[in-house]
Amino acid sequence: MSRMDWINLAYLVAALGFAFSLKWMSSPPTARRGVLAGEIGFGIAVAATLFYPGITSEGYVLVAVAVLIGSAIGVPLGLLVPMTAMPQRIALSHAFGGLAAALVGCAHFYLERDHFTKFDLSVIGIEIGLGFLVFTGSLMAAGKLQEWLPQRPIVYPGQNAVNFAVLGVALALVGLLAVDPDATWAVPVIGALTLAFGVFLILPIGGADMPTVIALLNSYAGLSAAALGLVLNNKLLIVAGALDGASGLILAIIMCRAMNRSFRNVLFGAFGAVDATAVAVAGQEQGTHRAASVDEAADLMKMARSVVIVPGYGMAVAQAQHKVRELADALEKEGVEVRFAIHPVAGRMPGHMNVLLAEANVPYDRLLDMDEINGDFPQTDVVLVLGANDVVNPAARHDKGSPIYGMPILEVDKAATVFVVKRSMRAGFAGIENELFFHERTSMVFGDAKSVVTELANEVSGQRDAVGL
Amino acid sequence: MSADVVITGLFIFALASFVGFEVIRRVPKLLHTPLMALTNALSAIALVVSIVILGQGATTYAKVLGFIAVVASTINVVGGFLITDRMLRMFKTRQKPRPAAGAEDGAGR
Repeated sequence: MSRMDWINLAYLVAALGFAFSLKWMSSPPTARRGVLAGEIGFGIAVAATLFYPGITSEGYVLVAVAVLIGSAIGVPLGLLVPMTAMPQRIALSHAFGGLAAALVGCAHFYLERDHFTKFDLSVIGIEIGLGFLVFTGSLMAAGKLQEWLPQRPIVYPGQNAVNFAVLGVALALVGLLAVDPDATWAVPVIGALTLAFGVFLILPIGGADMPTVIALLNSYAGLSAAALGLVLNNKLLIVAGALDGASGLILAIIMCRAMNRSFRNVLFGAFGAVDATAVAVAGQEQGTHRAASVDEAADLMKMARSVVIVPGYGMAVAQAQHKVRELADALEKEGVEVRFAIHPVAGRMPGHMNVLLAEANVPYDRLLDMDEINGDFPQTDVVLVLGANDVVNPAARHDKGSPIYGMPILEVDKAATVFVVKRSMRAGFAGIENELFFHERTSMVFGDAKSVVTELANEVSGQRDAVGL
Repeated sequence: MSADVVITGLFIFALASFVGFEVIRRVPKLLHTPLMALTNALSAIALVVSIVILGQGATTYAKVLGFIAVVASTINVVGGFLITDRMLRMFKTRQKPRPAAGAEDGAGR
């Protein structure tokens, strides 16, 4: 066997490691083993690559330096980034992944283009474009999530036409490249166009749609890695890219379903901007709401058999997770069953809310997703809605005129009593008035999520004097 | 590259995608954020081709692009695995574990 055969065998072992890695992610007790399997596979692949023919001694030094620099940046990104910033952290890593794939594609094009077939050339052209698109698109998404850029959709007339024109020209140039590999000038132009397209694509997308966009960019990043593997005949890259692409696509589909939207609608619909105007009027026709004090809420929760807490992004923004866990513990001490109902789009990325609550030491068997908990609401005594809004709006079930009609919701209005913690009666993120607030069994507890929950926890555990905030 | 090499590549891509869909469908929503962090680290396997480009250093151009690619991929590998494990360490069950509904059948879409 040649040296390359050994290297490819090592890659096969690595690919199996990756498959087991994802398989073990299917339950929390085995998930960390999954990380280990991935790391071992990765280690084997990198070690084998160091025996690649033709690597010079200067090359080894450069690789070592680059790996050291990358680790110096990667370790803090892995250990220090707070869990609330996870969505932008993940978006940033999609950007790095896209960049690496695009640059390797460019290098290969210039080195090997004489040996490339038309098929290779078109795949590498697409791969370069996809990589650069993911790079700027993910940077934009990270910027919006970090609120360095405005979260609201940025729209202008003819936006979609401009975007498609840019993409069309880029694809035409890929076609040109396939026919004429010596048209090397086309590569930087494709790069520039797709870099711009990545920016344009994210401009009209609002903050609430970021979970879908991050998942979709994840998928694209995987596809660009797979395309690179296809051109370089690197089978490990094909496998890893396909796994990543499949994962991103599944998550994007779940997010779209959770919002009852199509990909087309998310990418080109500019949700928030359109709906705000249509809905602004609706608020005035709603009935009256009932306000409740913290004492009332605490007393009722204490007497309840079962309480379900519905956390929304507002809770995370207020950093109230730890206080929420204290409240849950206090209630459990009183013999109340406490569970958390997690809507798929409760956070800013798939599964984000679960991570935030796990970080606050909420046991994961108390975290139930929408499908698991919805059947239990009719038997639930008290629901506490914390910083969630659209995902508990019953209008989604029956009001055909509502922009969120058809969106699957947490059916909290079926519980005996609902307390909604909110600063004021102002409309939510998408500007939609919430029927739940005017429901006969709903009481509003006005105030900042964190201070209300702190007071509730103190009230329930009987530490009236320790309220100090 | 000859047609059969390309077709072999497409075979692998199709089957790996299938495995990906089947395996990832079973990951509960509970773990979707760590899943995304993990797949991110795995797809940084582009590191191996970046290492070859930089290591062989055929031209200055290749060295520069390869260097940036190795740095970017290493960031993702190192940071990705660390952050995935950091998140997973936080997922604890209560002292007396009951049948964990969230863990077992959360994959249903």
